[in-house]
Amino acid sequence: MSGSAEANPYIIVEGLKKYFPTKAGMLHAVDGVSFSVMKGETLGLVGESGCGKSTLGRCLIRLLPSTSGSVLLLDEKSGEYTDVTKVGKSTMKALRKRVQIVFQDPYSCLNPRLSVWELIAEPLIVNGMYPDKNGMKARIRELMSIVGLAERLENSYPHELDGGRRQRIGIARSLALNPEFIVLDEPVSALDVCIQAQILNLLNDLQSEFHYTYVFISHNLSVVKHVSDRIAVMYLGKIVELCGYKELFAHPSHPYTQALLSAIPVAKLDARHDRIILEGDVPSPVEPPEVCRFMGRCHYANDACGGISPELEEFLPAHFVACHRAGNF
Amino acid sequence: MENSAHGGNDLLLDIQGLTIHYVTDSGTVHAVENLNLRVGRGETLGFVGETGAGKTTAALGIMRLIPSPPGVIKSGRIIFDGNDLLEKSEHEMRSIRGAKIAMIFQDPMTSLNPVMTVDKQIAEMIRLHRNVSDAESMRLAGDMLELVGIRRERMHDYPHQFSGGMKQRVVIAIALACDPGLLIADEPTTALDVTIQAQVLELMKKLKRTFDASMILITHDLGIVADICDKVAIMYAGRVVEYAGKRELFTNPVHPYTIGLFNSVPDLDEDVERLAVIPGLMPDPMDLPTGCAFHPRCAFALPECSKDSPDTVDVGDGHSVACAPRAAELAAGKGAGK
Repeated sequence: MSGSAEANPYIIVEGLKKYFPTKAGMLHAVDGVSFSVMKGETLGLVGESGCGKSTLGRCLIRLLPSTSGSVLLLDEKSGEYTDVTKVGKSTMKALRKRVQIVFQDPYSCLNPRLSVWELIAEPLIVNGMYPDKNGMKARIRELMSIVGLAERLENSYPHELDGGRRQRIGIARSLALNPEFIVLDEPVSALDVCIQAQILNLLNDLQSEFHYTYVFISHNLSVVKHVSDRIAVMYLGKIVELCGYKELFAHPSHPYTQALLSAIPVAKLDARHDRIILEGDVPSPVEPPEVCRFMGRCHYANDACGGISPELEEFLPAHFVACHRAGNF
Repeated sequence: MENSAHGGNDLLLDIQGLTIHYVTDSGTVHAVENLNLRVGRGETLGFVGETGAGKTTAALGIMRLIPSPPGVIKSGRIIFDGNDLLEKSEHEMRSIRGAKIAMIFQDPMTSLNPVMTVDKQIAEMIRLHRNVSDAESMRLAGDMLELVGIRRERMHDYPHQFSGGMKQRVVIAIALACDPGLLIADEPTTALDVTIQAQVLELMKKLKRTFDASMILITHDLGIVADICDKVAIMYAGRVVEYAGKRELFTNPVHPYTIGLFNSVPDLDEDVERLAVIPGLMPDPMDLPTGCAFHPRCAFALPECSKDSPDTVDVGDGHSVACAPRAAELAAGKGAGK
């Protein structure tokens, strides 16, 4: 559907939907999302709170069951695709070794009663990876050195460590099973800028060494631009724009992307003063009307926007936009 | 403007040698060490540093809101409008807090009373400091809400009926209700999304002009500093390591920590493969390194850096820096460029 297709994409997401029933009606957290990611690529997923980016990330590795749609994962040996959303329990358990996630909050995603050693050993034990003790010991030591945790910390507990080190434990846990695909759900947003830079460099090094495929979820656009090959911008459960990171910053074509980019505070003097200030807040995702979701806050909305919800279409080569008026503002 | 702020009458806040410790069973936390800072009238000071640098403790110190125990203000003077706040009684402080110095906290979700309508929360502040009737205070509360961009019809709503950005607007309305001379905003937009953050920053800029207040803006985001501050103080391990006008600091940062901080922010205009990082971690404030607190992580460190705590040296144009080697280098190579 999207993305360049010389080789077979590693992940193909088609029409993925995730609805949550609420008292007020169906909450459309993810509402028909389609994209693909190549092997070794980083796809950035940006959007504001409540746009469905974390829900999407969780559906990709089936931490949440999807309402409809499919997530196809390529098995490189056989060249066949497996639909993550539909496989049985035992197949899924095997698949879990290939797909992993790093969570946002390094304070709440680690069991406070396990030491660093036990935390990293946990996925190895659960999957019975190392029947012999010495093999496991070597692997844990290896993982700790890969993510830059000093050996002396192996008996420490999470509360004794700072956020950056805790995030390194989370990363070590997700790498333990030699995955191919990692969902990074806001891995640096709870960290200070200096620590953030250290973790971003680490993720970058790991990718070049082990050829991981990343989906990097963040609300911080400068971080996403730094790590991503392509970026998808989400608004209220839908992808509104998807293209290469340079293209996105050079030619943002969806009105929401334009506002989002102009709202980033830039650490430079006289940066830009033509800031687009959006009126109001993001509307409720509960039973949203089937028109353009952004219409109510859009500076360019006119009668043409009242009809059906716009689809993600190739507006420029490899640059997808979901807007009825893209290019004719 | 740059220099006039240091003249006697233009100075609103003058902090001299402020030291705040937290005395705990496991040791003394040196949260703020010998802090010197000045804020001129009508000026916005950006107060920048990482978690644990002591920014919030310093702000709470100005408000005399340090929890005690374990917090102790060991020494220093906080001259606000000609009077030393540290000599005030608790009773006198109560008439200053909110009326002359107001504070906006980071998290609007937790700083409002969930069982009280927002108009009452604003009116409470007005009644406390101004001699007005209940009806008048409610009318003024409605005015304040309109000023921050919330329709008057919503004044009887409870905090949970507002979104995060709207709640922060309510908090701003409470803070400005008594027309304070100094507003301390502690990470006011950190909990908000970027587009909402842009709205709130725009509002704060506008209101600062309307009320002609001075502001201390605590933030870790240099982008926000570039947007709305006049002066910047960079804090590291309880001390101000560099202080300058915004333009000077952004074009000519001197302290190695400041330079490291700028380099670790991913740049939107340039492509870099790796970010330049400051190696290591913030020191434990319970066990600060001897000499300059930054020397174990510093690329420019000399042997003497581990011995003497650096003095704050003026390198010209109100730009001061607490780094002996860099200050000496600048003094020697004046005019030779960076």
